Amino acid sequence: MSTPSIHVGTAEAVQYVLRIGDACLILAQRLGEWSGHAPILEEDIAMSNLALDLVGQARALLTHAAALDGQGQDEDQLAFLREEREYLNPVLVELPRGDFAFAQLRNAAVAGWLLLLWQRLEHSKDAEIAAIAAKAVKEAAYHRRHAADWVVRLGDGTPESTARMQAALTQLWPYFNELFDADEVDAAAAATGLGPSWAELRAPWTAFMSELLAEAGLPEPAPSRFQSQGRRGVHSEHMGHLLTTLQYLQRAYPGGVW
Amino acid sequence: MSDATNTSNDTGNDTSKDTSKEWPLWEVFVRSKAGLDHKHCGSLHAADATMALQLAREVYTRRQEGVSLWVVPSSAITASDPGDKPMLFDPMADKIYRHPTFYVLPKAVDHM
Repeated sequence: MSTPSIHVGTAEAVQYVLRIGDACLILAQRLGEWSGHAPILEEDIAMSNLALDLVGQARALLTHAAALDGQGQDEDQLAFLREEREYLNPVLVELPRGDFAFAQLRNAAVAGWLLLLWQRLEHSKDAEIAAIAAKAVKEAAYHRRHAADWVVRLGDGTPESTARMQAALTQLWPYFNELFDADEVDAAAAATGLGPSWAELRAPWTAFMSELLAEAGLPEPAPSRFQSQGRRGVHSEHMGHLLTTLQYLQRAYPGGVW
Repeated sequence: MSDATNTSNDTGNDTSKDTSKEWPLWEVFVRSKAGLDHKHCGSLHAADATMALQLAREVYTRRQEGVSLWVVPSSAITASDPGDKPMLFDPMADKIYRHPTFYVLPKAVDHM
């Protein structure tokens, strides 16, 4: 580790944008791990395409977060040179890639959540955020459809696929809570018109998820009280391992570009 | 039979692979822009039409190749036998009078 880490400011707007940008960045990293491992070639390409959409969204948001932060940093520095506690993604997206059922259920859940978020961010008072959202909303809509189709196919499929989807649901369920957590960062964003409080997304997301699980023939688990804290920088044990992979090149070859 | 599309049905001697569990094959057609026709661009395996459309989108339109997609089960296509090519198509070679090139057009439509 030869490159010193950077630090970002704690302004609420910066934190709000980073939380979403990091969610896209870290899920993209996990999806990228599927390259060469998906069950069929076409789905391998599909998962890489989804990952690249998310990288694009992350780039735009991290660039904007850096601008709001005003320390002259760029998207690469934010993506690759922060320390673990300064990544603000929900723990859900950093969980190891799991099996194909796990990956698709997580994708469906996150895409459903991001779609609701982008739809609201399209009306952000921050013109840059509104522009990013206008592009991302189409991508999220497709991600949701693609992943939701797989959830139904596997959930309502063979005994093996149903069991795997059921296991994935049990594993992921407690981590969904964090997508609707809200604190002073959300309150500030809602007050300034930057974006919605994440708490606003719970009702429409739950409606989407209930319908999806019903169609997939999966019983909806009881509400969980578990509350992960990734968006406040408190991560699972998996995050450090993910970051060593994500950050390796920039740490080993500082400032390296294509 | 030399036709490649027919050899896939000829599994009688090949016991190493059970193809009966493979997803069916679909032919993919892409319309590159409004007003143009859909052109055949390839094929893929998918469990049903919905999946075939999505995978076609992922595989064949990721560089802005299209604005519309068709997928057709390959089994729905009946192809002419390549062995029939001389019989079916060669007789047309000497019938240039079927091309409308002998009409003199008025000046106004000369570039038709």
